[in-house]
Amino acid sequence: MKAFYRNMTAATMIAFVLLPFLVLIMWSFSTRWFYPQLYPAQWGLRAWQYVFGIAGSQIISGLIQSMLVALVTAMISVLIGVPAGRALGLYNFKGKDTISIILTLPVIVPPLCVAMGLHLWFLKLGLTETFGGVVLVHLTFCLPYSVFVMWGVFSNYNPDYEDQARSLGATSWKLITRVMLPLTLPGIMVAGLFSFLLSWSQYLSTLIIGGGRVTTLPILLFALMGSGDRPVAAAVSIVFVAPAFLALLFSAGYLGGRSITGVR
Amino acid sequence: MCLKRDDRSLPKDVDARTRISPGFFKTAALVGPALAVVAILFGGGLGLGLVQSLGHLPAAGMQSMSLAHFANVLEDPDFLQSLVLTLYVSLTSTVIAVGLSIVMAVFLLSLSAKNRLVHFIFQIPLTVPHLVIAVAMVFMLTPTGLLSRVVVKLGLIDSSAAFPLLVNDRWGIGILLTYVWKEIPFITLMILSVLRRSGPELLEVGRTLKAGRWQRFRYITLPTIFPSLGAACLIVFAYTFGAFEVPFLLGRTYPMMLPVWAYKNYSDVDLLARPEGIATGLIIAGVVVVAIVCSQVLTQTARRRGMIL
Repeated sequence: MKAFYRNMTAATMIAFVLLPFLVLIMWSFSTRWFYPQLYPAQWGLRAWQYVFGIAGSQIISGLIQSMLVALVTAMISVLIGVPAGRALGLYNFKGKDTISIILTLPVIVPPLCVAMGLHLWFLKLGLTETFGGVVLVHLTFCLPYSVFVMWGVFSNYNPDYEDQARSLGATSWKLITRVMLPLTLPGIMVAGLFSFLLSWSQYLSTLIIGGGRVTTLPILLFALMGSGDRPVAAAVSIVFVAPAFLALLFSAGYLGGRSITGVR
Repeated sequence: MCLKRDDRSLPKDVDARTRISPGFFKTAALVGPALAVVAILFGGGLGLGLVQSLGHLPAAGMQSMSLAHFANVLEDPDFLQSLVLTLYVSLTSTVIAVGLSIVMAVFLLSLSAKNRLVHFIFQIPLTVPHLVIAVAMVFMLTPTGLLSRVVVKLGLIDSSAAFPLLVNDRWGIGILLTYVWKEIPFITLMILSVLRRSGPELLEVGRTLKAGRWQRFRYITLPTIFPSLGAACLIVFAYTFGAFEVPFLLGRTYPMMLPVWAYKNYSDVDLLARPEGIATGLIIAGVVVVAIVCSQVLTQTARRRGMIL
């Protein structure tokens, strides 16, 4: 009996998680679905043909734009986050608490105020409506996450291996590529994934700094929701979820534990 | 049953591997770039925002600095309504999500670790952007949405007109549901990792001491998860208080939630409304920071007084 309740709870939970996706998939494959029919009267590929055919160039360029912004943001935030995480995880030094507070602030303060403040400055620097400007504003929020993840990783890291490698004659470059990177790679993947996902789902900061010129997927999706074409909006939503979902599939093993603090 | 809290504190950094800094310059070289990025982009953004919200906008001919824009915002009757609505939405969604997350964490803990499918599915919402779920909520909850169709099929109502408003509604039901759906897995996994690490030994001790189910939960599980629960609450509150997409898509046009109101003013064609938008944004940031500082101080005092929890 206990097992029965347990299975029922698990099934209910799974249903609640999957229901929104089911609804999106049904809408994206419907060509005629009037109220109050429970399922589409006519199924078809119209929305998908529109997404990858007629509007294909726009949607695909949005996809590429989103992908590039998120990848570049994630790469920079890992590149800067790893050394910082190493120092914070391995060493004790004065001001560590202050640094921790400074790095927590961008996690807490909503992106909208910072993006609004930065806009005028970026305008003067010629960074508005550019790819670089959008990456910079995303970096503000992604970097702290990757520092915190790497902080956790390096507090479980044993630098003695590096001493051993050095005593065997390894150069600094080899220490990094042959000892440190392989040992911290799972953590680096998590840090990168968080930054990627966070940048991937940004809307308002992209809109404010990108000024509608840097058309990432969320910007397109908002425009589509305004137009009221439900099947197309559903199809774009699925395109928007897919890469994140794939990333989860590949990294399911890495997620969990204290590292999940990063994803909201 | 009265337990005195053990307030002996461990040294701050218990990790034996943490060693003395290799010197100021080396540490600075490692941490410097990250700090510089945050200081320049984040600090700069906030600072410049403050300057603009104080009315210094040379492009629009505003030279002097004053608190007038802040005063305008605070005196606007709409502001109070927006603030109350925003507080209601973020507090309610945090409380509901935390409550359900504790239940889910205890439940998932009781599942064998073999049950990887359940755990995998539970992680899915972590990667899904809020926006997508908000879109799905529109498809499910509007008067012509899926839920309304189900209710009609069941014969409970005759037409979409009789279906209660769940999106763009007074109580922000759609917004609450989106946040709860999205945040439960986040909080649950945070608690779950703590519970997994602490192991079942304490609960077994409690059982041998004849503690009932509720007592075991109240005096063992809850104190174990409390610190991470608190952190999760703060993160969720801070996010839901300042997020734009979900209330923009699912909220009412009046009263608006604060972030939507801030952006509306900011993007107004009237350049004079812009500093007020930024001021509202800074007020949002201020409320979030004050809430977090207060809750930290409260927990610290509660701990010092030896109260459990």
